[in-house]
Amino acid sequence: MANVQNTTTAGARVSKNLSATNNNLAIIAPLAGWLLPGLGHLIQRRWTRGLLLMLAVFIMFFAGLGMQGKVYAFNTGDLLDILGFVGDIGVGLLYFVARAMDWGAGNIQRAVADYGTKYIVVAGLLNIISAVDAYHIAIGKKQ
Amino acid sequence: MTIEFSHFTAAVVFAACASTVFGITQRNTTREMLRYGAYCFVLFVGGVIVASWAMWLLKH
Repeated sequence: MANVQNTTTAGARVSKNLSATNNNLAIIAPLAGWLLPGLGHLIQRRWTRGLLLMLAVFIMFFAGLGMQGKVYAFNTGDLLDILGFVGDIGVGLLYFVARAMDWGAGNIQRAVADYGTKYIVVAGLLNIISAVDAYHIAIGKKQ
Repeated sequence: MTIEFSHFTAAVVFAACASTVFGITQRNTTREMLRYGAYCFVLFVGGVIVASWAMWLLKH
C-alpha cells in the first residue's frame, strides 16, 4: 500500500515538474523567438525550422537595409509611421542594433528604397508570426 | 552596402522569405509545410505577374 502511495506521489511530482517546465518554456520560447528570429524554435530543438525562420527574417531585414529602406523610430505622429514602428520592433534585437548603429535612414530619391522600408516592416511581422508559432510548440498545440 | 534589386527580383525575394515563414508556421507536418510554402510562393509571384500585365493593359 505504501509503495503504491509513493509511486503515485512520485508520479504527481514528475507531472508537476513537467508542467512547470512547459510553463517556463511557454514564456521563454516566444520571448527568445522575438529577440532573435528562430531562437524560439532552436531552444525547442526544431533545428531546421529555426534556421530557416532565422534565415528568412535576416535576409528580409538586411535586404531592406541594403535597399536603403527606412527604420522607423518611436513616434506619435502619422498613423502609418506609428504602424511602421510597431512592425519594425517585431524584429527584436536587430531593430535595436539598427537604431544604435544609425542604419536605415531611408532614401526618398530611390523607388526601391520604399520596397526596402516594407521589407523591414514585414521582417518584423514575420518574426512575430514565428514567435507565436514557437509559443504554440511550447504549449503542445503544435509539434 | 547598397543592394540594387529590380522590381521583379525584389518581389521574388519577398515571396521566397514570406512563403518560407508561412509554410513553417501555418502547417504541422514537413510535407504540408513544403506544399503550403510552394503554394504561397506561386500565389505571390503569380499575383505579381498578373498585376504587371493588368497595369500594362491599362496603360496601352
